[in-house]
Amino acid sequence: MKKYTYTEKKDTRSGFGAGLLEAGRKNPEVVALCADLVGSLKMDAFIKEFPERFFQIGIAEANMIGIAAGLTIGGKIPFTGTFANFSTGRVYDQIRQSVAYSDKNVKICASHAGLTLGEDGATHQILEDIGLMKMLPGMTVINPCDYNQTKAATIAIAEHEGPVYLRFGRPVIPVFTDPDQKFEIGKAWMVNEGNDVTIIATGHMVWKAIEAGEKLADLGIDAEIINIHTIKPLDEEAILKSVKKTGCVVTCEEHNKFGGLGESVARLLSTELPSPQEFVAVNDSFGESGTPDQLMTKYGLDSVNIIEAVQKVLKRVKK
Amino acid sequence: MKHTIEELEGIATQVRRDIVRMVHACQSGHPGGSLGCADFMTALYFEVMNHSSDFTMLGKDEDMFFLSNGHISPVFYSVLARSGYFEINELATFRKLNSRLQGHPTTHEGLPGIRVASGSLGQGMSVAIGAALSKKLNKDKAIIFSLHGDGELQEGQNWEAIMYAPFNKVDNLIASIDYNGQQIDGPTEKILSLDNLQTKFEAFGWHVINSDGNDMTAIVKALHYAKSLTGKGRPILNLMSTQMGMGVDYMVGSHKWHGTAPNDEQLASALNQLPSTLQDY
Repeated sequence: MKKYTYTEKKDTRSGFGAGLLEAGRKNPEVVALCADLVGSLKMDAFIKEFPERFFQIGIAEANMIGIAAGLTIGGKIPFTGTFANFSTGRVYDQIRQSVAYSDKNVKICASHAGLTLGEDGATHQILEDIGLMKMLPGMTVINPCDYNQTKAATIAIAEHEGPVYLRFGRPVIPVFTDPDQKFEIGKAWMVNEGNDVTIIATGHMVWKAIEAGEKLADLGIDAEIINIHTIKPLDEEAILKSVKKTGCVVTCEEHNKFGGLGESVARLLSTELPSPQEFVAVNDSFGESGTPDQLMTKYGLDSVNIIEAVQKVLKRVKK
Repeated sequence: MKHTIEELEGIATQVRRDIVRMVHACQSGHPGGSLGCADFMTALYFEVMNHSSDFTMLGKDEDMFFLSNGHISPVFYSVLARSGYFEINELATFRKLNSRLQGHPTTHEGLPGIRVASGSLGQGMSVAIGAALSKKLNKDKAIIFSLHGDGELQEGQNWEAIMYAPFNKVDNLIASIDYNGQQIDGPTEKILSLDNLQTKFEAFGWHVINSDGNDMTAIVKALHYAKSLTGKGRPILNLMSTQMGMGVDYMVGSHKWHGTAPNDEQLASALNQLPSTLQDY
């Protein structure tokens, strides 16, 4: 089993900010838009270096999505930035018609996704955004797991033609992936190979899956851990290959159990390889105010919940 | 002038014939607003805009047009076909299965001349602003035109865009309002009054001009004047009075023809009023 360590903790939104700056340096067509959340989205460095390529839209997310769609018509590659809630649910129809149906090369970059937004509470903690975005034809949906992966993903989506939803978060979490990684859209990352159960995790839940994997090893359970950073298009080959070996799967995401990564995996397995599956996800509820750690515990998104789900799914495997 | 006023009026009459024939053929679509905007659209595509029917999405150095009130697609399609973007015979496929001429305009089927989908109302001004900003970044001096329904201004996103454009000096944008005072459920004044639109736009910082959208001489003059106002730090709003259904006597001025197709008899009556000036498709 590969051992993962970290020397620092950082927020994934800072990875976005660093990636945006680098994408801007690589390609003069990259532009950025923000709806009054520049500091939260860590866009300052980009704005400082490319002030003429930044558009402050004000608190008007619908207008921001439309302007981004229009900017692509002159060849620009717009990155919009606001909280995940205001990036998706608030502007669903604008994304649907002006971006997705119109085949526009807009990168919808969404911070403060999920419960770990914390104290602001449920008005801001969207747990439905992956579902909303993955239902749109042609939309790529990415939820990276740490600072380095978010930075690499941000650079990669600038080079990808087509609309993308990039989801990241607020809290500082361990930085454990390779700083020089090449991010491949749609390619699963094998975190740890194992034989007894497949744990598929996305976003903030990947580190928790690694923690769970270590504890499971102590219990004599050899878990395979896969990071699905790209929820759409899903790396079906990697998932099927793993579940064929292990015979069961646990999916982990900071999202409602309806509409998220778990359902995408279930849809795949139900047609190709019916297998026992457990979901570590929010159980169809809104969040509430609290610290990120408190909320992850209360809503069942800790490594202990992954361990319990693994034990449960193993009991369901036909021997 | 690329054309005389008489020539432009003749084209607009043919466009009106196309509209009623298209809507009749599929027994659906929106003739009222399409007829009301036929003169404006003809003026724009045959006289005012610098554009090429050899379509590219990027439209470098070309003026561009965005239709926000996408339900008046018949007039858009007719004008595009008549100005050479695609074969006029394709107008016969309007709203039919496997057509590029969808009920509401879309880029998705690859129809030349369309740069964004519209139909769900209120989104076009934001997109037009984005295209205008892109032109500025590209040091492209061409102008962005857009058209919006008056009832459509009830959608809130418009007012985000209306606030944004003057503050950010988007002065390469000429937005026109199809000010016909009608919407599906009745007169706008009864549904949700727009009150004094000129004052509202001016309060937001737009340069507002008024025009008669059903008088070819007036609309050509107004659009040229609007062009002369670009590059002066403010977006331009062309508040354009029109009559829904203009050109077909039994449709004029009534919201009842917003989204109703004529029957065979009504078609014959309409075509009698609109003599063919170019070849029918």
